[in-house]
Amino acid sequence: MWKWLHPYAKSEKSYALSGKLMPWFLVTAVITFVVGMVWGLAFAPADYQQGDSFRIIYIHVPAAMMAMAAYSTMAIAAFIALVWQIRLAEMTVAATAPIGAVYTFIALFTGAAWGKPMWGAWWVWDARLTSELILLFVYLGIIALYNAFSDKVLAGRAASILTLVGVINLPIIHFSVVWWNTLHQGATITKFDKPSMDTAMLYPLLIMIISFAAFLGFMSLYRFRNEILHRESHRPWVISLVQQSSTQINKRG
Amino acid sequence: MLQCKNLTCVREERVLFNNLNFTLTSGEILHVEGPNGIGKTSLFRLLVGLSSPYSGEICWQQENILSDRESYYQQMLYLGHKSGVKPELTALENLQFFQRLYNPSVEFDVWEILTQVGLVGYEDVLTGQLSAGQQRRVALARMWFSDCPLWILDEPFTAIDKNGVKVIENLLIKHVQNGGMVILTTHQDLSIPAELYKNLTLQKPAFGEQYV
Amino acid sequence: MFNAFAQIVRKELLGAFRQQSDILNPIWFFVIVVTLFPLGIGTDPVLLARIAPGIIWVAALLAALLSFERLFKDDFIDGSLEQMMLAPYPLAWLVSAKVFAHWLLTGLPILLVSPLLAIFLSLEANTFWALFLTLLIGTPILSLLGAIGVALTIGLRKGGVLLSLIMLPLSIPILIFSTMAIDAAAYGQSYIGMLALLGAMLVGAITLAPFAIAASLRVSVS
Repeated sequence: MWKWLHPYAKSEKSYALSGKLMPWFLVTAVITFVVGMVWGLAFAPADYQQGDSFRIIYIHVPAAMMAMAAYSTMAIAAFIALVWQIRLAEMTVAATAPIGAVYTFIALFTGAAWGKPMWGAWWVWDARLTSELILLFVYLGIIALYNAFSDKVLAGRAASILTLVGVINLPIIHFSVVWWNTLHQGATITKFDKPSMDTAMLYPLLIMIISFAAFLGFMSLYRFRNEILHRESHRPWVISLVQQSSTQINKRG
Repeated sequence: MLQCKNLTCVREERVLFNNLNFTLTSGEILHVEGPNGIGKTSLFRLLVGLSSPYSGEICWQQENILSDRESYYQQMLYLGHKSGVKPELTALENLQFFQRLYNPSVEFDVWEILTQVGLVGYEDVLTGQLSAGQQRRVALARMWFSDCPLWILDEPFTAIDKNGVKVIENLLIKHVQNGGMVILTTHQDLSIPAELYKNLTLQKPAFGEQYV
Repeated sequence: MFNAFAQIVRKELLGAFRQQSDILNPIWFFVIVVTLFPLGIGTDPVLLARIAPGIIWVAALLAALLSFERLFKDDFIDGSLEQMMLAPYPLAWLVSAKVFAHWLLTGLPILLVSPLLAIFLSLEANTFWALFLTLLIGTPILSLLGAIGVALTIGLRKGGVLLSLIMLPLSIPILIFSTMAIDAAAYGQSYIGMLALLGAMLVGAITLAPFAIAASLRVSVS
């Protein structure tokens, strides 16, 4: 397996491969988004308690899940980067972090907007929302640290270390927040407590999750390619790539 | 023996030097030359393992220095731009700390060394209150009690007076005659016999070599 | 090995006693911050005792943040840090010595002034002991976590603010478990479970953090 993977540890190969994969992710994301949205917003039945306001889960839940998924991706990449010293893995960490942060923000925002009709307040110190807020802080810390270094090789390594420290800490944070919440708030009704969802509501949700995941993949690849070009701007293959594309532009212009 | 194999250094997406090769055997002094900003300090930080190369490797006794740092550091003394001397400790306390942490097996007479570096009478003054040259001498005093064969000295003569430079040059000569090795940079002319040292001139990478 | 540890601790303590303001200022800050709260929200002893754990722990966090600056910064500037990284011992071991000395100089004094604050904030004896024990276990974790943050940001020009952004979210569990333990004590319940959790976190931090600190230093000092 390693032999097969090895060429993709070279930046030029992975630049080309991710370029080929990108459109597929984008197409999947767009199609599933349209299908999931129409199904979820127009055809899925309304909740018997919450009415139509429950439909925000079609954004909230996928965003929250992908925020975690993005962090898991970063943690795995960071581990690979530090143990095997693979620079592309560092770039993956740097490329994925802002997307994860945006997903976390979407999850927080929709969670708060959902809270208004449910609890009558924009913000309650619900365990999940609080954990998401802290996850956002951790994301922002990683991004800020990455941007603070002028040498991007060092920046990638520093961000990887912080990602790993975070991945050990995040479960503890989540656990502590849940416990803190049950102690301080008594039994708040959390919105995910319901034993099971009706399948008519569940299918659009699954489709939306696929859509968000595909979009995460697309954006990560896109940023990953940019990261490669930026970092390797001193390599001959990047130079020739830039020359090629600039001559194409000249011809068209 | 210290070997540099195909060493390439990239800093902030800029190539400082490319495919650098050299070998240093015992009894040699290597004088690294080149204008400011050419990457001498970057090279030295690679040689001591403070930073890692973009490609290529540095081997000490045929072993990559990054794979076994501790045994390399037992045999290597590095004096950089920054002295590593604590201003809130006295010269004596600084030297004792260095001896106990880096060369615990070496017995030496502190007074003898203080005499050599011209700091007798200042041993109880806080290092922060000494002049720049004197602070530098506290750092350089480590060479007198070092049992490391390899010395890597980045601009050792900065702020040192002519007399002091002479003393240090004599020490370097003695060190290599006993089978030691020295790598140093300095912008001053060395008055060491030419057969004892060789030069390595770092050059700006040619246009085609800026891309690796 | 142990000689190296002892040498570093000795050097740190010696340097700190020559520059006492470095140790005293964060403690001073800690006391002042705690004093501000009764002035800001009134002197009702019941209210004060209710919010005391939160106040003291948040103040301790902020004081710890202030003190982190001196953990590696001076060493970085004068070159001792790079010399330490070139010493013939495992770097994780040497940084443990640094962090231990730092805790002796900043964590321990916070413990020592905590009885004074207990009086200020009308804490009962039982609650105070809970506070004392959480500080005893919690401040070393703060030192270890903070050292990772410092090691990551040391080479940056504006590392100070970044350090707090990185470190504060990671220290939330310590804050939560500590204040919960103190609350439990205030209600007369057993808080041994929270202390055990904090203790587990301390053990985890002692074993893992030095490696993270060492790896971060190798990145920052290059």
